[in-house]
Amino acid sequence: MMDLDFTEQEQAFRAECRAWLEANVPKQSLPSGDTREGYALHLEWERKLFDAGWSCVSWPKEYGGREASLYEWLIFEEEYYRVQAPSRVTQNGIFLLAPTIFEFGTEAQKARILRPMARGDLSIAQAWSEPNSGSDLASLRSTAKRTEGGWLLTGQKTWSTRGAFSDMAYGLFRTDPSKARHKGLTYFLFPLTGEGVTVRGVDRLDGDEGFAELFLEDLFVPDENIIGEVDKGWEVAMATTSSERGLSLRSPGRFMATATRLIELYGRYRETCDPALRDQVIDAWMGAQAYRWYTFKSVTDMLTGKPIGAESSLNKVFWSEMDVRTHETALAILDERQCLDEGSAAADDEGAWIKGFQFALAGPIYAGTNEIQRNIAAQRVLGLPRG
Amino acid sequence: MHFAFSEDQTLLRDTVRDVLAKECAPEVVRRVWTGSNEERVPVWGTLAENGFVGMAASEAAGGMSMSEVDLALVLEEAGYAALPGPIVESALAGLPLLEQLSAGTPHAAWVERVVSGEATLGLYFERQSLALHAPLADLLLVVRGDALYAVPRAEAGLVAQTAVDRATSVATLDYKPSPAHLVARGAAAQVAIQLAYERAALGNACVMVGLARRMLDLAVAYAKDREQFGKPIGAQQAVQHHLANAAGRIAFAQPVVYRAAWALANRDRAGGESRREAELAVSMAKIYAEEAARFVAKVALQVHGAIGYTIECDLHFFMKRVWTLAPFYGTAAVHRARIGAHIL
Repeated sequence: MMDLDFTEQEQAFRAECRAWLEANVPKQSLPSGDTREGYALHLEWERKLFDAGWSCVSWPKEYGGREASLYEWLIFEEEYYRVQAPSRVTQNGIFLLAPTIFEFGTEAQKARILRPMARGDLSIAQAWSEPNSGSDLASLRSTAKRTEGGWLLTGQKTWSTRGAFSDMAYGLFRTDPSKARHKGLTYFLFPLTGEGVTVRGVDRLDGDEGFAELFLEDLFVPDENIIGEVDKGWEVAMATTSSERGLSLRSPGRFMATATRLIELYGRYRETCDPALRDQVIDAWMGAQAYRWYTFKSVTDMLTGKPIGAESSLNKVFWSEMDVRTHETALAILDERQCLDEGSAAADDEGAWIKGFQFALAGPIYAGTNEIQRNIAAQRVLGLPRG
Repeated sequence: MHFAFSEDQTLLRDTVRDVLAKECAPEVVRRVWTGSNEERVPVWGTLAENGFVGMAASEAAGGMSMSEVDLALVLEEAGYAALPGPIVESALAGLPLLEQLSAGTPHAAWVERVVSGEATLGLYFERQSLALHAPLADLLLVVRGDALYAVPRAEAGLVAQTAVDRATSVATLDYKPSPAHLVARGAAAQVAIQLAYERAALGNACVMVGLARRMLDLAVAYAKDREQFGKPIGAQQAVQHHLANAAGRIAFAQPVVYRAAWALANRDRAGGESRREAELAVSMAKIYAEEAARFVAKVALQVHGAIGYTIECDLHFFMKRVWTLAPFYGTAAVHRARIGAHIL
């Protein structure tokens, strides 16, 4: 039977989240987690979150979670963004790497990685792209050569999110150069400090050092750092990218909170701003609501044995384009002052809208560009032929 | 939280889908267009026999006391088949309204006739400029202020007009309320009338989603079949992206519409708060479904190219149904204004 109310247990869970978050979220917003200074402060917050059992609510208890259902995880996210808690600097680890480790990792890897990663004691960045391998990831050229007790990694990775501040990274390396493209790749965890690795921070569009280029030259990595089997890295990686596109990367709570802030902003300027903006504000609110219900339906589908699959490509296109439009609406409401950056005394909401706008513009690019997502949807959802 | 239809509900959907695939194929819709079909509304007898028309009526009246959630998928299939006639008005919006308000009046006799498929209902809310499915509907439920009138077709002052969708009849109405037609008036009647409006808007949204799905299916099939430059046009990224966008609109309209069906079916569970939630949900459903259907119509036409711009091609039945039905029971603009009044 369809039931779109939350159960008593789910409501109690929400009340518990809300009470803890309201009591513990820093009163003053932290500096951006994509800066060196802000990153350290965000890790302190992650530690507090973990120690209270709120870092990864859906994880098993033995790794610091509370075995919450997926619906409860979505409730946690709604509450988290509702109080504007700090952005999750651990997310590339806890949301993207962790599902892979749960599925493919050894017991030793789970024990070694999951808790420290979720607690912010071990920062792990993604390292998918290479300078010549973006959307066409399978064309990557970095290699791993056999050596005694492990492997020597050589090559260049780029757009590594928060790689400039992280301890380790995960990515794919060619272990069998005789095989082409998706074959002969292996999934490695590797250190970002020590001999054989150079990390260079890259300033993003908004000026934060949120990216890094990683240069590897005969970087030694022990066998225990391989996730899954040697030469089976593509299969392992695809499990992560589908969770990235699906639920875990962008839960509805974030967009619902943005829509609420937009309604507040509109309330401030409704008498003076262009009356046509009213409908755009309504559309932004509806978009967040639609994404919420779509997500709840997806979770029910998953839990009743209907995995999300390629439809997650349509989902990624929806939220990323919605986020851009929502920020564009906010900027239009702000009129000339939309250009004011962080640090300007006259900026509304401390310049959050122009900063958020720039970040929103990355949405249609990262986690597989929206062009690639549309190709995937056309070919795998609609069954159209490959071009 | 559990967001899925039950097995019974999907079985019902499959049954109506099979019936419509057999009895309301495009050639049947085409015959209604040209006025050469024997029945004024095809398949109506079969649908009524199988209980689909009377789903929402009480068991005492020969119905099944089914909810908006039960009807949502059935109406979506009616849209998919471009079923002509007042299915939303008869099955979902009008019938429970008539049954509730006509109890103990001579008008109650119509209820059984509608359930059995012998008669159909039209709905005419205040400020509507055109009566939908009139002069086809046998009985028109006309709203004036806080009163509901049940007006037999011949007495409604109808002047038939021609809609762009020839399979849907429309008329202007010049009706002077007559005490003989009065079903009920007052506060209770007003509540029932408002609920009928919400149901009509929801039903319309369900039909829009079905129409959108059908147009996408037609466009995808055409894109796989039609070859240019030595390969199917559907292998071209430009075409693929149009179709992916259309699929995205439908994928997001569906949960919004289903959630509205649930919210309306459960509108009284938490008093004023849940009724407000239901109104917002219905308005969102109407907007998402209407805009998805209009969008998919444009994409489907573009993908078909010149053949889609002819009336030889079946596509036009579905596009014109969208353009004809979409403005009824509140345009997207009306529903946006209603949402704005709640949230801004």
